[in-house]
Formats: sequence, C-alpha cells, structure tokens
Amino acid sequence: MSLHQFLLEPITCHAWNRDRTQIAISPNNHEVHIYQKSGNQWVKSHELKEHNGHITGIDWAPKSDRIVTCGADRNAYVWSLKDGVWKPTLVILRINRAATFVKWSPLENKFAVGSGARLISVCYFESDNDWWVSKHIKKPIRSTVLSLDWHPNNVLLAAGSCDFKCRVFSAYIKEVEEKPGPTPWGSKMPFGAVLAEFGGAGGGGWVHSVSFSSSGNRLAWVSHDSTVTVVDGTKGSTPSQLKTEFLPLLSVLFISENSVVAAGHDCCPMLFRCDDGGSLTFVSKLDLPKASITRNISAMERFRNMDKRATTEDRNTALETLHQNSITQVSIYEGDQSDCRKFCTTGIDGAMTIWDFKQNVINDIHWNEMLTRGQHGPQLKTRLSQ
Amino acid sequence: MSKNNDSNQFRKVDVDEYDENKFVDDEDNGESQVGPDEAEVDSLIRQGNLMEALQAVLKNPPINTKNQNVKDRAEALMLKVLSAFKSSDIEKAVQSLDKNGVDLLMKYIYKGFEKPSENSSATLLQWHEKALSAGGVGSIVRVLTARKTV
Repeated sequence: MSLHQFLLEPITCHAWNRDRTQIAISPNNHEVHIYQKSGNQWVKSHELKEHNGHITGIDWAPKSDRIVTCGADRNAYVWSLKDGVWKPTLVILRINRAATFVKWSPLENKFAVGSGARLISVCYFESDNDWWVSKHIKKPIRSTVLSLDWHPNNVLLAAGSCDFKCRVFSAYIKEVEEKPGPTPWGSKMPFGAVLAEFGGAGGGGWVHSVSFSSSGNRLAWVSHDSTVTVVDGTKGSTPSQLKTEFLPLLSVLFISENSVVAAGHDCCPMLFRCDDGGSLTFVSKLDLPKASITRNISAMERFRNMDKRATTEDRNTALETLHQNSITQVSIYEGDQSDCRKFCTTGIDGAMTIWDFKQNVINDIHWNEMLTRGQHGPQLKTRLSQ
Repeated sequence: MSKNNDSNQFRKVDVDEYDENKFVDDEDNGESQVGPDEAEVDSLIRQGNLMEALQAVLKNPPINTKNQNVKDRAEALMLKVLSAFKSSDIEKAVQSLDKNGVDLLMKYIYKGFEKPSENSSATLLQWHEKALSAGGVGSIVRVLTARKTV
C-alpha cells in the first residue's frame, strides 16, 4: 500500500475521476482541491471556491466528468470543466440545515443529497428551464441523514441516518427515466416510498455508512454501536448483524458480492465476509503493524529526535497503523464493486492510502506477515489456504 | 419595556419538550420483564455452582421495563453473584459466555459502577478487565450507545 500525506488538515471527503489520475479532496474548509497525479507525486491543479460553509460531500461522475459538491451552507453545486476551468452551477436544495452527503446515481442523470434537515433531496436536470430541480424524501426520516448509496437500477436509494435506522427508498423520477422493473426489494416504487427499513428497536447507533453490493441484492451498513450489518434482499428481510470488538466503523464498501471492507475510528481497514447463507464474519484487519519496532537507533538520531520534540524521553507516540487518525471514507481505486483490486482510504490525519489486494479476496486468505516497510510500501502477499 | 425581574421560573422550562419535531424512541413493551429469578440464583450460589448462577442471573434482563425496582433488584443480584466468584475463576466464567452474554455483563458492570458500595468496585474492576479482553472496546461502545439498558 502507499500512503500520501496531503496536508495536516483532515480530509473531509474525497472523490476520484474515472481513470484515477485526479482526486478531488476537501481539506476541512470551504474549498475543494483537485490534485493531478504526476509520476509519484500529487500536484494541485484546481481550487474550487464557491461554497460558504464546510464541504461535507464530493462526488465525481466518471462518465460525464461532472463534480457535485455539497456543504454546510445548505447548498450544492454541480461543476463542469469548461476550457480547463471548473464552472459551478448552483442547485437549490430547499433545505434549512446543512447538507451531509451527496452521490451521483449510476446513470448520472440525478444525484441525492442527505441533510440535517431530516430529508433527502433528489435532484435532476430539467432541460426546459436549464436548471437543477430537487424533490424531497421526508417521511419517515426522523433525524439527520448521514449516508446514501444508489442501487444499480438507478431508482432505489439506501439511506443511513441518525434515527438509528437504515432504509431503502425509491427515488424514481418520471421526468428522467422509465418505470423500473421489480427488484427483490419491492415492485411498486413511487417516489419517496419506503421499501425496507432496518434497525432501531431500542438499540443500535447512528448509521454512519451504507453500501449496496454490485448486484444490488445485498445492503451493508455500519453503525455507531460498533456493529456491521448485512441484509440480503433475496433471502427475506432478516439482517445479519456482527457485533465487533472494535471502535465504531465510519465507512463501508462492498468489494465483491461476498466481501465487505469497512474502516473507522480504529484507523485500520477491516475485511468482513458474507457467505451465501447471509451470515457475516470478520476475516482480518488489513493493516498489519510493523513486525519489528526495535531497530537500532544511533545515539545521534536519538538526541535529534529528542530535540525535535522537546521531550526528555524516547517515547514514540505514533500509532502502529498507517493512518494516524480515524478513517472517514473508503472508496474503490481499481476495479469495481463486483471485483475490487485496490481501494483507497482518507481520514482525519490528512493522509490518503491506497491498499492493494494481490489476488481475489473471496476464498480463504492468509496474509503473510510483513517484515519491513519499503519506500513505496510493501505489497501484501497472499496465498490460498490449503 | 416592562421586565419582570422577580421570577426566573422561565429558566426551568424544558423547551425541548415542546419541540414538535422531538424524536420519540420506539416504545417497546417491557412491562412483562421481571428480571432474573432470585430464588433460583440464590440456591445456585448456596450450592456453590457459580457458573450456573452466572448463566441464570443473565437471563431475562430487565432492559425495557420502566420499573426501577426491578432493575435495582437485578443489579443487586448480579453483584451478589459476581462477588461470590474467586478471582482465579473469573476468566473461565467470562469465556463461557457468548457475545451477547459478554455485552450484557458489561452493561451490568457499568451499572454497578454507578452506585458503588463497599468492595463492589474492586470486584467489578476485576470482572471489567476480563470482560474487556473478551468483548473488546466494542462491548463498551455498546454500553454507551444502548438507549435502553439494565
């Protein structure tokens, strides 16, 4: 894996372009910075300054090359590249609280914005007026919407919110699309209908992140009570919940139909497997700590370290994991949701790390111990179990 | 222009109660929950069968009930069982519990911390250490995020 430290500010959110040569990040302020890959370095190429409040979500549409951003200023902008400059178009979301999350739909003709106003704004482009229009999904959401994910059929939308529930809504807009066919989640899908609702029931925590699998049949979410849950729409509606022994996870992603990667306050991505019966098991942490910390430091280095930190002891306060602070977002870097070969994490430490699976992570895998860390990060070796 | 300088009663009004968007949690009917069976647990302790006593006291947790007495009785009973264990047996007892059992044990331990009595904190801390190694910080997070607890 390779880590790149952008700045010391937290990276609130990030989005990749189609060929992964550019990344748009927000360094915890009102701006979006776009970095271009040149060799092994990342060079800042654009600064998108239009929002008046912190950016809370960025999504980059791979085919149409448009960026949508949403922020705490209750606005969203759609950015298009014209003559090498990114030009914003305001989208009136009609919300009276901050926006929290934004995602393009798979066909990129609409996008959904979650907000603290206890509703989801589904926005589509009305070509007669040359204007983005928003429609609201309000009932029965009782608190801030934290995370959204689109089903591959471009109509269903999963939403995780602070009322401890994960729901599947229909975001069918008749102006831009045909009526969708039936799915395991339901067949009648008028706009705003709740097709499924999970969670709550006196327990549970805020649902930080939701993810559909590539077929759309499975839905996974992570919650603030340190649990990961997966439900299979084709196998009835009993979710399979795994209570982990880690700190709460903040972001979850399907990387194949059977495997889920999640990361959060433990600063380390973790792999979970969902078998055909629908039950969820923890496979392993994907960040193996340094096998040997005792390398011989020369006296000169020791004193230099003490000078640098003005300490009188030789104590190392760095975490053993690559990320030095919570990971807030996991995204696919190479491959797609049915077969992901590399994924990317960004976090509050301002670092972006790309993680590499050498082989498919579907069958049993044993990770070799890492011996040393090279300059570009070691490649994890895998071998299939006997 | 006219200010009523005498009364500060308005400061005691809980404005959140009048918020029409106030979040009301799902009501779960827990009136029938009575907590663990005291007689059964007492007899098991007297017999010296502490592992069974632990399993028995973890049954029927009074999670949803609004009756504070039931909860207090359950907590007192749990403390009795936990104190009856020898320090060397605690680890084995925790191993015998499943994941939900460890989470429930953690909830009782933290409830016990809230009202310390003589020596209770020492026993509870020993149990806490073993429960932590079995359940990890996740079990503590679930104690903190549980809206209805023992």
